[in-house]
Amino acid sequence: MATTLDKVDVVTVGVGWTGGIIAAECAKEGLKVMGLERGKERSTEDYSMVHDEYRYAIRYELMQDLSKETITFRNSRNQKALPMRQLGSFLLGEGLGGAGTHWNGQTWRFLPYDFEIKSMTDAKYGANKLSSEYTLQDWGITYDELEPYFDKFEKTAGISGEDKNPFWGKRSSDYPTPAMKKTPLLSKFETATSNLGYTPFMMPSANLSEAYENPDGQQIGACQYCGFCERFGCEYGAKTSPEITVVPAARETGNYDIRFNSNVVEVMKEGDRVTGVRFIDTVTFEEFIQPAEVVVLTSYVMNNAKLLMVSEIGQMYDPETGQGSLGKNYAYQILPGASGFFEDQMNVFMGAGALGMTIDDFNGDAFDHSDLDFIHGGSISMTQTGARPIATNPLPPDTPAWGAEFKKASIENYTRTLSVGSQGASIPHRDNYLTLDGTYKDIYGMPLLQLTYNFTDQDRALHKYITERTTEIMQEMGAKTVVGRSPISDYDIVPYQTTHNTGGTIMGGDPATSVVNNYLQHWDMENLFVVGAGNFAHNGGYNPTGTVGALAYRCAEGVIKYSKDGGSLV
Amino acid sequence: MAEKKNVSRRDFLKTSGIAAGALVGGGIIGGVIGANTRQDTASTSGGEAGHSGGGGTTEAVRGLQFFKNQQEFAVLQQATERIFPEDDLGPGAIGLGVPFFIDHQLAGSYGENSKEYMQAPFEEGEATQGYQSRLKRNELFRQGLQKMQQEAQSRFEANFVDLEGEQMDEILTAFQDDEVDMQGANAQFFFRLLRQATLNGAYADPIYGGNQNMEAWRMKGFPGHQAAYINDIESEEFAEIEPHSVGDMLS
Repeated sequence: MATTLDKVDVVTVGVGWTGGIIAAECAKEGLKVMGLERGKERSTEDYSMVHDEYRYAIRYELMQDLSKETITFRNSRNQKALPMRQLGSFLLGEGLGGAGTHWNGQTWRFLPYDFEIKSMTDAKYGANKLSSEYTLQDWGITYDELEPYFDKFEKTAGISGEDKNPFWGKRSSDYPTPAMKKTPLLSKFETATSNLGYTPFMMPSANLSEAYENPDGQQIGACQYCGFCERFGCEYGAKTSPEITVVPAARETGNYDIRFNSNVVEVMKEGDRVTGVRFIDTVTFEEFIQPAEVVVLTSYVMNNAKLLMVSEIGQMYDPETGQGSLGKNYAYQILPGASGFFEDQMNVFMGAGALGMTIDDFNGDAFDHSDLDFIHGGSISMTQTGARPIATNPLPPDTPAWGAEFKKASIENYTRTLSVGSQGASIPHRDNYLTLDGTYKDIYGMPLLQLTYNFTDQDRALHKYITERTTEIMQEMGAKTVVGRSPISDYDIVPYQTTHNTGGTIMGGDPATSVVNNYLQHWDMENLFVVGAGNFAHNGGYNPTGTVGALAYRCAEGVIKYSKDGGSLV
Repeated sequence: MAEKKNVSRRDFLKTSGIAAGALVGGGIIGGVIGANTRQDTASTSGGEAGHSGGGGTTEAVRGLQFFKNQQEFAVLQQATERIFPEDDLGPGAIGLGVPFFIDHQLAGSYGENSKEYMQAPFEEGEATQGYQSRLKRNELFRQGLQKMQQEAQSRFEANFVDLEGEQMDEILTAFQDDEVDMQGANAQFFFRLLRQATLNGAYADPIYGGNQNMEAWRMKGFPGHQAAYINDIESEEFAEIEPHSVGDMLS
C-alpha cells in the first residue's frame, strides 16, 4: 500500500533547470513546493576531482542508469522497436541539476522566426514549400511575448555575451556579464567569416566571464577555462547550474523541500483535475503518493511524455490519421560541419563549454530559401570546448582506424585540428513521434517510452547546404586539408550526436494540435503543467537550454496565476 | 615477434624516459588557484615508478582481476599492441599498461554492464538500433579473444601470440569486417569494443592502471588535469605543459 504524504501546493517531477525555476519562483510567492528527484543530491564540492575524461565523458558518471530505465527505438513504423541498451546518440541526465549540471552552457534565444515558423514560411514561400508530411506549426507564442522570460533566465544565469548579432530578436537589456575571452583560435574563425561577408559574434555563455551575483542573491564563479564542461560538473561553480542558482534560492525561502531517490511513476487524476503523483523510493522500493494542488512535470523530454502517456492524460498522437497531440513532433538536431587540419599545434585542450564564436547568416530565414529545397538552417559556430585525448582522434581522409598509421596520425592531428559546426534546425515529420512500447518495461514495471525517428529529405538538404558553408569557412581559415561531414542517411542511435531532443509534449494555440497552452498548462487538466524542450513544436538552429529556461519562467508565472485565480490561463 | 612479447617494464621506462625528456619544455603550471597542483612533482616525469606523487606513476605490483588464463591475457596484450603499437613516438598498448587497464575494467561495472539495460527479450535489430546481445562485455571479451586464438590456429596453425604482426592484423581485420562467427554477438561489435577499450586504456588518467607514467598524454600533448588555463588561453604560442594526474589531488 502506498503511503500518502501531506499535501503541498506544488509538486515538481525532477529537479533540473525547469524544476528549480518553478520551485524558486513559486516558493518566493509563498507556495509550498516539493521537488521529487529520482537521482541524488550533488553540489560543487562533488566536482573537485572531476578532470577525469574516462569516468565522466566516456563512462557517463553523471548520466541516467539505463539498467533501470531506457527507451526503445526504431527508424520507422515497419520495424520492431528495440531497447537502447547503452547510451550513445544522446546522454540523459539524472540527479540534482539534471542535464543542467553537465551541459556546455551555450545559451540561446530561439529566433522570432522559430515561434511563428508556419505562418512566416507560408507567407513568404507559399503553403506548399514543404510537403504536408512535415507537421510544422506555430508555437502559440511570439518572441516578443517570451522576451521578458528570456531576459529573466539570462539574468538568473548571469549569461556572458555581446549583442552584436544582426539576426536575432530584439533584446530588452544587454547580457548581464561581458563576453568570454576571444582566443587566438576563435580569432581565426572571426577573420575568416568576416572575410566572407558574415557577422561573427561571441557565443552567449553560461560559463561566466566574471564572478556574478544574480537577482536572487546567488553567486556564480568566474570560468577558469579548464576544458572540462560538457559531461562534467564545474568545480568552480562557474558554469551556471540549477544547484548553484535556483535550487538554493528556492531553499532559502523555507518553502521548498527536495525528496531524493524518488522516481515518479504516475500522475494521479480525478475527473478533469490531477491530484498528485505516485512515486517509488528507489532505495527501499516503498511506494508513496504526494498530493498536490498543482503538478508540474519538469523532467526531461522523454519522461515528461512518458508520464502523461502512462497516466493516460491527453490524446495519443496517431501517425496514421495525424490525430492526437501527445507524442507528436519529436525532433532532434541536424549537425552539419567541417574539420580542418592545420600545420601548427594549437592549444585545443584549453577551453570552456560555451567558449565560441558564431554566425547566424544561415540560421532561420536570414537567407533566401526560394531556390532551396528546405527551410530554416542553423547557427554556425567554432567552439573551443577543451579537446580530450580519448575522444579526440582526428584522422585525415583514408587513414586507418587502428595500427601504426592511426597512432601517428591521431597524435599528430590532435593539436592541429579545428572544427566548424552547426546546430541545424530539425523540422517535425508525421512519422517521427513518441509512444509507449508494448514489450519492454522499466524496473518499476512501467512500459518504456518508444521513439520512432529518422532523418528526412528536409534534414538531408539542410545538412548538405550548411556543410558546404562550413567547408568554405574552414578553407578561408587556412586549413591545409578540409573535410566536410558525410551526408546523413538513416538516423543511428549508436554514435553520440547531441542531447537536444525536443517535442512530444508540444505547446500551441489549439488543443487539437498541442498538449499544453502557452503557459505550459495542460489543455485537459488545468492544474497540470508540463515544461521543457518537449514543448518545442520544432527544434530551432540553436542549443535549446535558453529557450527552455524562458519557458520555465513563463510556466512559473502560470502556476502562480493559477494558484491565485484558478481556471484556464488562456 | 619474440621481442614484442618480452617488452619488460624496465625497457619501457627507459624508452619513455627519453620520449618524455624530449617533449617536456618550458612547462607552465596551471596554478591560478594553486591548491590542486603539486608544483614540486612537476619535474619528475619519466622518473622511477612506484612513488605516489608525480602524477599517476604505476603501482609496484601488477595482477589480473578478471582473466584467469594467462594465454587469453597474452592474446589481449598482442591484439591491443597491434591496435596501438609502440613506435618512435613512444610506448604502445603493452608499454602503457593497457591490457591491465582492460582486465580491471572487465572485472567491474564496465565488464558487468551494470548501467546497461539488459532485460529480455533479446532480438537482433538493425545496425541503427545498436547493440542487442545478451552477453556482458566481459563475456564478449573472453569469447572474442578465444575466437582470435581459434582463427590463428585455423588460418596459420599457430598460437595468436606467435604470429607475425601482419598475420595478427589479418585476423583483427576479419573481426573488424565482421567475417568471424561469434555466438550471441557479432565480431564487428567486439572489434569496436576492443579498439575503444584500447584507446580508453591508453589515454585515461593513470589512476585506472593504463597510460603509465602519463606517457600517452606526453605523446599527444595533453596536459591531463590542470586547475586552470585562464592565464594561458589567449597566448598564440603552443603550450607544452607537464601533465598531471587527477590522482595528485589526493597525494
